[in-house]
Amino acid sequence: MNSPIKLQPDETFILNVGPQHPATHGVLRVKMEMNGEYIVNAETVIGYIHRMHEKMGEVKTYPQFLMNLSRMDYLGALGYSHGHVLLIEKASGIEVPERAEYIRAIMVELNRVASHLFWFGAFVMDLGGFSPLMYALQDREYILDMLEAVTGSRLTYCYFRFGGLYNDIDDDFISAARRFIPRMRKSLKKYHKLVTGNIIFHKRLEGIAPLSQEMCRKYGASSAVARGSGINFDVRKNEPYSVYPEFDFDIPVFHECDSLARYKVRMEEIEQSLRIIEQGLDKLPDGPIMPEKKPKLIKPPPGDYYQAVETARGSFGIRLVSDGGKTPYRLKLRSPTYSNMHLFDESCRGMMIMDALAFMGSLDLVIPEIDR
Amino acid sequence: MITYFTDIYHGLISLFIGMGITFKEFFSPTVTVSYPYETLTMCDRYRGHTQLIANEEGKPNCVVCGLCEKACPSNCISLAGEKPEGGKKKVLTKYILDFTRCSLCGSCVESCNFNALEFSKEYNLASTRKEDFIFDLLKRLEEKNK
Amino acid sequence: MSLTLLNVIVAVVIAIAFAALNAAYLVWAERRGAARIQRRPGPNINGPFGLLQPPLDGIKLMAKQLTIPGGADKVLFIAAPVLAMFPAIMSFVTIPFSESIVAKNMNVGVLMIFAFASTGSMALVFAGWSSRNKYAMMSSVRAVSQAVAYEIPMLITTITVVMIAGSTDLMEIVRQQSGSILHWNIFPVLGNSHNLLMPMSFLIFFTCTLAETNRAPFDLGEAESELVAGFHTEYGSMGFGLFFMGEYANIVIGSCMTTILFLGGWNAPLPFLGFIPGIFWFLLKLYLLIATFIWIRWTFPRTTIYGLLNLSWKILIPLSLFNLLFTAGLIKVF
Repeated sequence: MNSPIKLQPDETFILNVGPQHPATHGVLRVKMEMNGEYIVNAETVIGYIHRMHEKMGEVKTYPQFLMNLSRMDYLGALGYSHGHVLLIEKASGIEVPERAEYIRAIMVELNRVASHLFWFGAFVMDLGGFSPLMYALQDREYILDMLEAVTGSRLTYCYFRFGGLYNDIDDDFISAARRFIPRMRKSLKKYHKLVTGNIIFHKRLEGIAPLSQEMCRKYGASSAVARGSGINFDVRKNEPYSVYPEFDFDIPVFHECDSLARYKVRMEEIEQSLRIIEQGLDKLPDGPIMPEKKPKLIKPPPGDYYQAVETARGSFGIRLVSDGGKTPYRLKLRSPTYSNMHLFDESCRGMMIMDALAFMGSLDLVIPEIDR
Repeated sequence: MITYFTDIYHGLISLFIGMGITFKEFFSPTVTVSYPYETLTMCDRYRGHTQLIANEEGKPNCVVCGLCEKACPSNCISLAGEKPEGGKKKVLTKYILDFTRCSLCGSCVESCNFNALEFSKEYNLASTRKEDFIFDLLKRLEEKNK
Repeated sequence: MSLTLLNVIVAVVIAIAFAALNAAYLVWAERRGAARIQRRPGPNINGPFGLLQPPLDGIKLMAKQLTIPGGADKVLFIAAPVLAMFPAIMSFVTIPFSESIVAKNMNVGVLMIFAFASTGSMALVFAGWSSRNKYAMMSSVRAVSQAVAYEIPMLITTITVVMIAGSTDLMEIVRQQSGSILHWNIFPVLGNSHNLLMPMSFLIFFTCTLAETNRAPFDLGEAESELVAGFHTEYGSMGFGLFFMGEYANIVIGSCMTTILFLGGWNAPLPFLGFIPGIFWFLLKLYLLIATFIWIRWTFPRTTIYGLLNLSWKILIPLSLFNLLFTAGLIKVF
């Protein structure tokens, strides 16, 4: 046979994973150069859901931009709003009542648990187990119902205001939250039995995609990605903000550097968040939820301001350059997943596709948050 | 050699534990609501699209100050009013909410000082035409009054 | 002669009907079972308990257009779904459901079923190759290595059973297990082998059946979170429907084989229950096994391709070979 095509022994082909693919959880596209099942090279292509949030921040007044923050990361929206309101309060010197700060912390932690629960379900679904997703969603549903009763929406909250909150929590919420904590602890035990202890799950994650500390630092990774590689960094502890110094909680750090370590960090974080919620409910002071004195029009004095918060996905930074006007001169959003995702290109070389996609799941990517 | 067998043993046990959990779940009651045969009531603070609040006479509370229009981040409110002859207050003649652009942030409700706007509890909003989402809130109020 | 031919034709038609009916209603059972495990109701709108769902799904699938991707190998593309369904149906012909209900008993029944089962993976290869889709191609490559790895321990365990029974005739294998549950090949305390390693053999055979039928946790061929839908990515309409039915028909065959080889076929578990017809016991065991298949699928995550091969070559094959030698020794001694 005289075939015009000469097959090279190391011939590779390009596999387009996404923008519509079950494993990318959104519209992320990964261009993979494959050698059989092995990835030779991968390139993440982003921008399919870019909405110009930063530019919107420049043309909208400060209160008008509030609701944009919850559209960035639809799973852990409150954490991002928290960063924004803290920044503007810092910039324009608004005093926040203590009760409001406590409620904010409780809400953010509840939202973090909800986000981690959804990640847990979706991650196990990436690995092929479908039922844990449904169990996780049942617990998440409980949180969403609680949050809906207070904030009025289930996913894209617009709850925090400069100086305080939109409305106060009631006794129903407090009793529901108190009931939720033991319920969640019981469910966590179930998840550990059903998933963490499972031999198939273990074999699929143990030793997969080791990320060295240098690599995490190089790419600016945060959240469970960094903490799974032994970097003890959490904005809540390292650059304390809000009322977090009042709480007694631990930062889970694992040194195995693999996907399983990242999984364990997040599961442990749920437990720690429950501790924060418990303490927050105990310490919750009485008082107003909005400050008595609040400027009618928010116009931060000219200057450069920065605020970092620990969201469910990692260290979220928001920087404001103000020229003293009604709208910011520049509003920069540093999204944690953007940094975490770029680890993927370098780390997945030489991996098999199924391990690479399990690794991608362990990074906890939320695509609208990457593209902003 | 011994670890080889203990690994197999522990692996098998972990599989049976997992199966035990799903077995228990199999006999637990369902937790879902089979929409649309059953529906849940919306909570008090539920945010649907906005609607006008009427006073005792069935007329809107709105005094056409235009604060909601200014507060809206998405420019989806447009309203107009006119002063009737002999009257002191402006009367609302048009209140259009472009729901295709609304993101339910609630800025308009918050900005209102005259208790004229509230969130509705409607969530069954689906249509194949874009025009169906451009709400005339005055007309909706009249329909509600009837 | 003509009468026997007629008998065979009638039997084959019944086999096809049985396979199709099972395939259709196992989809329903799977959906209901999965829903119960996940605490949802599952399909419950069409008919009582949603029992009209499978025929309606069938009508929907048949009403769709069968699209063939450009550049695909048309002949293989169309042949593949048929090939997925065909061996499963043919295997039903020789399965004895009870002492009297068997379409065509052969003295090499075991061999025939394995011969047909091994062609099943050809369907996946053809489908993956002809689709001209990279995902489908990768899936079919996986299917081949999986089939090779799992047919070996499966055949070795089967040979163990055949050695105990001294026959490849399925009816004969079942007859030798008559008596009580202690005579079955899974707990052969009173049976003719006394081999206490048989429960392990049963587990090996069951695992291999899972892998052979491409079921979770070994559904690497259609790993939906990695390969979209694997080999049937490009199939729509009844092409997809046939693959789907083929999968369930294969599950029924696998469970039938497990029942016959290890669980005593149509024999009652206790002697005094013998007045209940054998077909009842056979179907009870069969559907319990299928329920286990469904139960497993909705519990575990998927294995990796190398995890699957490691399991086969490092655990299942050595253990089944050891059991084969052990059984041979026992037969020689007693």
